[in-house]
Amino acid sequence: MTTGAIALCLVISTSAEAAKVSDLTSTNIGEQALRFFSLQDPSLRFALVGSILLGITCGLLGSFIVVRKMALVGDALSHAVLPGVALGFLWGQTKDPFAIFVGATIAGLIGTTVVSLIKQTTRLKEDAALGLVLASFFAVGICLVTMIQRLPTGNKSGIDKFLFGQAAAISAGDVRLMAFVTLLSIATITVFYKECLVTSFDVGFARAAGFPTQLIHHSIMLLLAFTIVVALQAVGVVLVSAMLITPAAAAYLLTDRMHRMLLLAALFGMIAGVLGAFLSFLGNNLPTGPFMVLGASAVFVCAFLFGPKHGVVVRWWKRRSRSGRIRRENALKSIYRVLEERDFRDEGVALRELAQLRRESIEEARAESVDLSRHGLVSTHEEGNVLFFTPKGWQRACEIVRNHRLWELYLTNAVQYAPDHVHEDADVIEHVIGTETVREIERRLQFAKRDPHGRLIPGLEDIYPSTAGRRA
Amino acid sequence: MHDTAPALELHDLTVAYHKKPVLWGIDLEVPQGKLIGIVGPNGAGKSTLIKAVMGLLPISSGWVKVFGQPLKKSLQRIGYVPQRESVDWDFPVSVMDVVLMGRYGRLGLIKRPTKEDREVARACLEKVHMLPYANRQISNLSGGQQQRVFLARALAQESDLYFMDEPFSGVDAATESAIITLLHELRERGKTMLVVHHDLPTAREYFDMLILLNMRLVAFGPTSEVFTNELLQTTYGGRLTILSDVAEAVKEQRILR
Ligand SMILES: Nc1ncnc2c1ncn2[C@@H]1O[C@H](COP(=O)(O)OP(=O)(O)OP(=O)(O)O)[C@@H](O)[C@H]1O
Ligand SMILES: [Mg+2]
Repeated sequence: MTTGAIALCLVISTSAEAAKVSDLTSTNIGEQALRFFSLQDPSLRFALVGSILLGITCGLLGSFIVVRKMALVGDALSHAVLPGVALGFLWGQTKDPFAIFVGATIAGLIGTTVVSLIKQTTRLKEDAALGLVLASFFAVGICLVTMIQRLPTGNKSGIDKFLFGQAAAISAGDVRLMAFVTLLSIATITVFYKECLVTSFDVGFARAAGFPTQLIHHSIMLLLAFTIVVALQAVGVVLVSAMLITPAAAAYLLTDRMHRMLLLAALFGMIAGVLGAFLSFLGNNLPTGPFMVLGASAVFVCAFLFGPKHGVVVRWWKRRSRSGRIRRENALKSIYRVLEERDFRDEGVALRELAQLRRESIEEARAESVDLSRHGLVSTHEEGNVLFFTPKGWQRACEIVRNHRLWELYLTNAVQYAPDHVHEDADVIEHVIGTETVREIERRLQFAKRDPHGRLIPGLEDIYPSTAGRRA
Repeated sequence: MHDTAPALELHDLTVAYHKKPVLWGIDLEVPQGKLIGIVGPNGAGKSTLIKAVMGLLPISSGWVKVFGQPLKKSLQRIGYVPQRESVDWDFPVSVMDVVLMGRYGRLGLIKRPTKEDREVARACLEKVHMLPYANRQISNLSGGQQQRVFLARALAQESDLYFMDEPFSGVDAATESAIITLLHELRERGKTMLVVHHDLPTAREYFDMLILLNMRLVAFGPTSEVFTNELLQTTYGGRLTILSDVAEAVKEQRILR
């Protein structure tokens, strides 16, 4: 249903944009960029300041929308304001920011009231009610906008800019309104941070503790309506909810504290806003909204991929480096076993012996030894055919064997697994178990010397030799 | 001055959802300094009773007094442990943040938590053995740990009357007995606690008094007196379905406000 509406908007706005798109090729992009950042042009200054302001307030309000799970409310509200914009326009007969602000806010409030009425009087749930209001209000808005465009003054009216946004059309009056709303949002959220937090997290508890939860909810809704209305000029009705949700969602991926999420979201909103205004200007005043939303989405994708905690790339990288480490540690363990079988008499281990024990080809064993020596764990001799532990490699090998055997012993003794069940389990655990846990296990096993298969468990004195112990 | 007043007094309390009554004419007078269990089958209205008493739900008729005063005046003296499922555990706050929320009510509007508030919050976390987790995000906690965080938050409220909705759900035996010890400690300090509980054998053991509830008050009194087969059968037996039929009718006819 929304797709249909968007198609309709496109039809309306194409006529206006068609000429501009063809201008694009004839414009020197470098020159344009210079003009943008030199900020000579007052209208450019307004566009830039306006985009920054709206980025901040969208990020702040959006954060609360996201954690309160009201994303759909933002979308519905932004579509519901369109008839108000049109009526405000008709009332003033020009693009009077104040008239449009009042009209849009009233329409938004009527929209939310209708939603709650539908919820209270019918069995419909919130999502259905929101969808209903969103579509019907937007339809009315589109009809009104089309009507205005047919008026004699309609073509120059600039009302079509409210659909997809036009940062260049931001006037001094718009900037003043934006600054007011941004300051109001910042002030409200800083002064009433505690109240906003507790009502968003646990509304029942907040009410029981005596907080006016309804009032707080309505204040947030009103601020949201204000934000949407002032953002319309730059982002447009259709996409403004994306500017609310996307920066906040990106911030949500990056942090797990509300105050940090607010700061990040405001920053991301700002970046998206400036990026949108800039690109739209480069493209000779293409609609700003889509560019801002693209900017915000780019930030989101970056957060999704590169977030330090939950990012896909980081997780992949960690997994990769862990599996590399496990491979190396297993090879070290095998070298230790080879040495152990001949009672540590001869210190060099031939590649062939290693391959035999690990049941792999010489080439595989060679690749492993190269990896090990690159990490300074073994040194290679005789053209890479014989391996010697470095002190660091010896230490690590002892640790791993020790972890493995202690864990096996623990499983058989304390948890009473059968000895033939424990080997595989220990193969995984030995790489992840911490020193603290190992000590604890050792204590519980009363410092046992031999594993369930009767082999010696390397002691701490082997790993951290105080006297010059055996080493390669 | 109201020190001898009952901790909680309900008179003819009726509560309805969408005009369909789920609690009928409850009269109750809860003395101070007792550990009281609320038991009844699923859908009996236990959570509803707690919410209505704390003013979270509109009441259709009757009144509530807390320590002899209307509810509005005694909000500061009430602490609340909601059902664990009532919040989103992925919310971006730390364990410490949640426990600090227990102090918010005392702070009133605008004021920020002070250093003392943090100290109190830490002490409360210590009491439920959750101090090592203070800086964790709440989504990394197990069910029992979440429950203990809620308990710590309620402790941080430093109230005189506590309502706890199923604090033992999803909690292992060790934690359960730790919580019970804590509740007994609170009782020694003169606090009153109303606790929704689902397990009858342990209910008999834990609580001084029991509220047997199934849409109406079946019985209220010392555990030894009301924990009888007959009363339990009335509470859990099927005979009360008449009340729900009537509730439907009341809703149809729009009798209540
Ligand atoms: N938000 C609601 N809207 C409509 N009806 C509700 C709502 N919450 C509860 N009810 C109804 O009120 C009755 C009492 O519910 P309540 O949650 O108080 O039961 P309870 O005793 O706490 O049950 P449980 O043991 O499952 O927690 C139930 O029949 C339930 O269907
Ligand atoms: Mg319940």
